[in-house]
Amino acid sequence: MGGAHRSHHRPGHSPVHTLPAHCKLVAVLCFVLAVACTPRTALWAFGLYALLLAAVAALARVPPGLLARRLLIGVPFTAFALLLPFVVPGEHTTVLGLPLSVPGLWGAWNILAKATLGVTASLLLAATTEPRALLLGLQRLGLPAQLTQIASFMLRYGEVVTDELRRMSVARGSRGFEARGVRQWGVLAKTAGALFIRSYERGERVHLAMASRGYTGSPPALDHPAATRTQWAYAAVLPAAAFTVCLLGVTL
Amino acid sequence: MTAARTAVPSLDVRGLAYAYPDGRQALFGVDLTVQPGERVALLGPNGAGKTTLVLHLNGILAGGAGTVTVAGLPMARENLAEIRRTVGIVFQDPDDQLFMPTVREDVAFGPASAGLRGEELRTRVTRALDRVGMSEYAERPPHHLSFGQRRRVAVATVLATEPEILVLDEPSSNLDPASRRELADIVRALDITVLMVTHDLPYALELCPRAAILSRGVIAADGPTARLLADETLMRAHRLELSYGFDPRSVPAAPGRRAGGS
Amino acid sequence: MHVPDGFINAPVSLAAGATAAAALAISLRGARRESAAGPATALGPHPESTAPLAGLLAAFVFATQMLNFPVAAGTSGHLLGGALAAILVGPFTGVLCVSVVLLTQSLLFADGGLTALGVNIVLMGVVTVAVAYGVFRALLAVLPRARRSVTAASFAAALISVPASAAAFTLLHAVGGTTDVPTGTVLAAMTGVHTLIGVGEAVITALTVGAVLAVRPDLVHGARGLAPALKLRVGGRLVDATTVTAPGPAASASSSASSSAVSSRRVRLAGLAAALVLAGGVSFYASASPDGLEKVAADHGIDAKVRDHPAAGSPLADYGVADLTDPRLSVGLAGVIGVGATAALGIGLFHLTTRNRRRRRHRRRRPARAPETP
Repeated sequence: MGGAHRSHHRPGHSPVHTLPAHCKLVAVLCFVLAVACTPRTALWAFGLYALLLAAVAALARVPPGLLARRLLIGVPFTAFALLLPFVVPGEHTTVLGLPLSVPGLWGAWNILAKATLGVTASLLLAATTEPRALLLGLQRLGLPAQLTQIASFMLRYGEVVTDELRRMSVARGSRGFEARGVRQWGVLAKTAGALFIRSYERGERVHLAMASRGYTGSPPALDHPAATRTQWAYAAVLPAAAFTVCLLGVTL
Repeated sequence: MTAARTAVPSLDVRGLAYAYPDGRQALFGVDLTVQPGERVALLGPNGAGKTTLVLHLNGILAGGAGTVTVAGLPMARENLAEIRRTVGIVFQDPDDQLFMPTVREDVAFGPASAGLRGEELRTRVTRALDRVGMSEYAERPPHHLSFGQRRRVAVATVLATEPEILVLDEPSSNLDPASRRELADIVRALDITVLMVTHDLPYALELCPRAAILSRGVIAADGPTARLLADETLMRAHRLELSYGFDPRSVPAAPGRRAGGS
Repeated sequence: MHVPDGFINAPVSLAAGATAAAALAISLRGARRESAAGPATALGPHPESTAPLAGLLAAFVFATQMLNFPVAAGTSGHLLGGALAAILVGPFTGVLCVSVVLLTQSLLFADGGLTALGVNIVLMGVVTVAVAYGVFRALLAVLPRARRSVTAASFAAALISVPASAAAFTLLHAVGGTTDVPTGTVLAAMTGVHTLIGVGEAVITALTVGAVLAVRPDLVHGARGLAPALKLRVGGRLVDATTVTAPGPAASASSSASSSAVSSRRVRLAGLAAALVLAGGVSFYASASPDGLEKVAADHGIDAKVRDHPAAGSPLADYGVADLTDPRLSVGLAGVIGVGATAALGIGLFHLTTRNRRRRRHRRRRPARAPETP
């Protein structure tokens, strides 16, 4: 979480950008699954995965800086991972005078490596695919149309609602309000309450506008572009390579 | 328009009263009749119940007292779909109306809900966007447009359903002078019944030969726009004041079209 | 809070994904019922308003998570929103809102792993919302019918929902965790930290619900039935509205069963108290035997060593307190929270099902809604 809530989409025309969203979704999901199944002791396998992702990033011309910056934003679970060497039972080794558990170190490595690869793969997907195309891709893969619709409404009005929040905060600030500690929570909660009422009423008005134009509960059908066999083949390269690595990691 | 249609009023509202679920009553017995082809301004101060009345015109609100008849169709569940095709409402905040990811999809929403597909749907969308001069913005997301452009697209979304009655809720609010004029040109070019809800009096005089004043939930006056606007006591009694330097007697009133029965 | 990839193994992640899918399918149907039954929209009952309403409310949850609540010394926290969503819009719509937020965060912002999406939806979307709503409903059933009770119940619901989600995480970790941390440690650490987070969540949730109640009580799903009946004034005299939006389920419940309500309320209150006492006591004594955590600490001397380095500046310092100073107490506390939450969930579910049955009966009695008056 944190404040980094802007879409990571980078428009472009690379081979990765032009693949249909649902192919990319399947590819990334399979890749991450393969990573998750890899035994943590196969260190070289994780190196190969990183190389695979680097190749995709180069092909998509996604600047490495973008990926690195996003990876630096700490996830709370990193703290959990760093804690493992201290709390996991098992044989111990001493590093810089600290007693560290060996299985704990393996556990920490396992989480950090897999989480980093997962985030990088997701970032590449988000950077090369339009948010809306991702949602349609999900719908093509079987996500109920109702959910896609809710998610598109969220995307459409996310900015509008956030803007309202920003305007309220400007209004608070220009009247001398500054949130310093717990005592100001009441005011902030009133802001949240007001935002809820505004969002709800806008939801009602949007529904009115939809009903006025003959909406009866099911969204009008959209024409999805279907993926060709070649496109599927291209998309399959990444997960196929990953599964090979994973198999080697399990057997070797 | 055929003679048969002229016999039936486009809108016929009788004794309409309504209270919101939270107990606030907005309408207290409204009577209003609009003939086919008329352009009528519904004037009223803030909180007079204008928007509430508008929401009754295509059956979005119901359940109070009184009747609403649209082009001869009484408001009833089995007529709702037909009535919503007949009455097109342009809401005040274009952000509420433009809920789809792109302008084209938004304009297509109405006709697609009515079952149009393929080439027919595409022509309908293109024609509606042409009428408001927004064709080149078809692929843009609505939130990247200026306010005036969004209002025009909102009009297009309704025109795409080819309504017989167009209802505009505060069409001139938040518009700069140029966008105001562009919208006026669009409305003037339309050959359908128009009910324009507003408290922008010069705009009403410019576009609508007839006006009705809605105040405290009832129709307080109904007649030629120029005459109502010139009656200072009436206007002041209903919190409708003319803007500085504007004299309704000094400008030509909107030309009446083959107005049915004002 | 978002679980990343690689934390929970593949089979359990996939199973969680299937659970999440099932929960979403149920919620989609439930949400239609919620918007159909509610006074919520100006239109009255309208099942097809689900998508725009849930979409806008998801945008609201998303935006609220950006509202920073300063805690002290430059740190700040934000709302998670599961309990708030459940109370404001109802449990099913709440699950949909939170899940859609998680889905978009995972896809567009890489918050939370793709393979862990099911885990995240189960933990933060389903468990949080279900526990919060269960606690909320259970408390409302025993508290007097007043606005203050709604706020108090919101506080308790949010307070319990966060550590409950942490407890659920512990369960998933015990079944399919990729690390070898003893379950007792995970439970103590996770529920300990999340109880603290839960206090903040509870304060913010209660304040926000209170703020909405003060202005638009009709919008608060959990406070339906506090509104009076509608009267219209036409030409100076009062007329009944021909159709009123469906009365809140709580209202019909209280009017139809007011005599039996008192006794059953007492029974439920006693049951809840007994469950809490039992849960606390049992887990307190259960953890008195040297199992898991303490055994580990004793065998490897971790506790002694940890206390030797209290100022090492490692993240251990944060967790160590909740973790090791009094494991028996924290496990006992976790037990109270966990079992209490489960009991509340059970009561809530019972309440929901009986309410639905009552509503169905009610609907059959009521004549069909006519949109027009003669």
